[in-house]
Amino acid sequence: MALTVPTLAEMNARGESPEVLFWVGCAGSFDDRAKRITKAIARILHAAEVPFAVLGAEESCTGDPAKRAGNEFLFQMQAAQNIAVLNGYGVKRIVTGCPHCFNTLKNEYPELGGEYEVMHHTQFIQQLIADGRLKVADGQPFKGKRITFHDPCYLGRGNGEYEAPRAALAALDADLVEMRRCKKNGLCCGAGGAQMFKDAEKGNREVNHERTDDVLATGAKVVATGCPFCNTMMTDGVKNAEREGDIVVKDIAELIAEAADLL
Amino acid sequence: MAHLIGQLIFLVLLCTAGFFFTRRIGQIRKNIKLGRDVDRSDRKGERWATMARVAMGQSKMVVRPVAGIMHLVIYAGFILINIEVLEILIDGLFGTHRVFAPYLGEFYDVLIGLFEWLALGVLVACVVFLARRNLLPIARFRSPEMKGWPKNDANIILVVEVLLMFAFLSMNAADGIAQARGLDHYIAAGSFPVSQWLQPLYAGLSDAGVVAVERGAWWFHIVGILSFLVYVPYSKHFHIFLAFPNTWYSDLTPAGQLDNMAAVKKEVDLMMSGDPFAAPAEPAGDTPAEPASFGAKDVQDLTWKQLMEAYSCTECGRCTSVCPANATGKLLSPRKVMMDTRDRVEEVGRAINAAGGDWGQGDGKSLLGDYISEEELWACTSCQACVEACPINISPMGIILDMRRSLIMEDSKAPEPITAMFNNVENNGAPWAFPAADRGKWTDELANES
Repeated sequence: MALTVPTLAEMNARGESPEVLFWVGCAGSFDDRAKRITKAIARILHAAEVPFAVLGAEESCTGDPAKRAGNEFLFQMQAAQNIAVLNGYGVKRIVTGCPHCFNTLKNEYPELGGEYEVMHHTQFIQQLIADGRLKVADGQPFKGKRITFHDPCYLGRGNGEYEAPRAALAALDADLVEMRRCKKNGLCCGAGGAQMFKDAEKGNREVNHERTDDVLATGAKVVATGCPFCNTMMTDGVKNAEREGDIVVKDIAELIAEAADLL
Repeated sequence: MAHLIGQLIFLVLLCTAGFFFTRRIGQIRKNIKLGRDVDRSDRKGERWATMARVAMGQSKMVVRPVAGIMHLVIYAGFILINIEVLEILIDGLFGTHRVFAPYLGEFYDVLIGLFEWLALGVLVACVVFLARRNLLPIARFRSPEMKGWPKNDANIILVVEVLLMFAFLSMNAADGIAQARGLDHYIAAGSFPVSQWLQPLYAGLSDAGVVAVERGAWWFHIVGILSFLVYVPYSKHFHIFLAFPNTWYSDLTPAGQLDNMAAVKKEVDLMMSGDPFAAPAEPAGDTPAEPASFGAKDVQDLTWKQLMEAYSCTECGRCTSVCPANATGKLLSPRKVMMDTRDRVEEVGRAINAAGGDWGQGDGKSLLGDYISEEELWACTSCQACVEACPINISPMGIILDMRRSLIMEDSKAPEPITAMFNNVENNGAPWAFPAADRGKWTDELANES
């Protein structure tokens, strides 16, 4: 199904305004694996008939990795630039495809002049299902399948959201199991705090391998994620355990889109 | 006469302990105030509620039920047995014996009985804690930072508590015997549900022997408590006081939120205002002075709240036990970050005292570098597990990220890939070297997918 996603500039030129701005994020824009998640989110928004737009080339890094790596100047420069664009369009509601963008836009931008209603894509998808705007047909093809959800730190601990992603997964009618370390006690995938962009410090193990052990212990065949970085780390972890043949790592948006027959 | 001398000795001991305790508290207060200012006076209702829930209600302690419930017993014992200590203080000062008994009547018996059960509970919990620390293979008690003084400190506290509780029960056991024999001065008061089991130990003694045990235990108990009072503020055990203010002053923002540096905002605003030649704004009278440096290189660059957290930490190690970096063998231990911060602020405090109050050029050392290494700082994934795990809302992560700020903004010291990431964000608006124009490429792909 071909689908056209307008930029906010195009929509504006037509004199229309979207219900939400879809903030794609850098991973979702450039990383081939993460782009599949981005497309799934777009298909879901389209299927639920949510008028939405993206910023396209006008979107820029929120500054999260720079801030967490200690470069507050760069972060605030990025924030100022993004806020100028967002406020210029009068953006009110934002749905992000990444919990790091979500946390930064929601918590760190208001003090710098950017006040928006910000939702993570799993929250928005859950709401669409609950409101009946998105139909997930009988949970096929995940009915009864064992799925475990890996909490992204910046959605869970960072912002206290543990339920929305699980409620969205409940629509799949799958066998949802929890890992030993979950929710408040969830173990990081190892990518946060700018670790994604560097090698790990010297140690005896990689964090994502440690986390993959938690996955394997559940016997789950599907690892549901809500963050493009977690997705990369868990995919690598499953590969390292040589289990990519029978365990798949997919974002909640992909699972829902697949169940709703949108892919 | 003997009574009067006893009262006098008691008064001297009490004043001495009071003096040393107060002096030490004054020093800690001074050290905490070396930190930068931060406003934590807002949302008072929420702050009281947080303190009630987290410190008084121990809500985060009981997340781990074994240690949590035993800690709860010691905590309840500590608070309630202090009512008994109040009586001991009055008896000691005025030469009375069980001064509350006539006023409280039967309720006094109930109280003493309750204290005895609590004392037994505390004793058992402390013995179990000693065993956990020294015999069981619990990783967080065996980390490198727990060697030497921190390990001894923990054991000293537990042994002293065991001895204090044993003295308290022995005192009551001997008192019970003295009351049964109708000895002079020993009014019939209290009930001894636990200490009765100790009575066979002392029942064979003469009247004078029984009195000696009762008095001996009484003195040991109170001198022990006064010594403990002086010891505690030098020890990790100081959390028994600071847990309360430390939770009251908790960071109430979401754990994922990192503060925006006000000094940086001012400069960015200036750059964004469009006039590149605008003179830097003169510091107005009502704005706080510019910080001497960006981020935290030493303890004076941290906030007073972060220094308070260092003094509040009791080194339980729950932060370290949930840290993904630590779990995978990296050098980082969030507990060590807190211990290093306290050790360093103590060192700075002593140096300032030695120099007659003048820090001047410092001592050539700093928290960053001399205590905490770059390798430790760069291992953090900012996952906030340490913040979530801390039973009294300490944030080791806050200190780690503030020190990264110093590394980057003061010293431009970053691992090479991090510098590359900064360059990419600055030039391409993304952490990777992709042109901004390609951001919408996925929409073209989507439009062409069938």
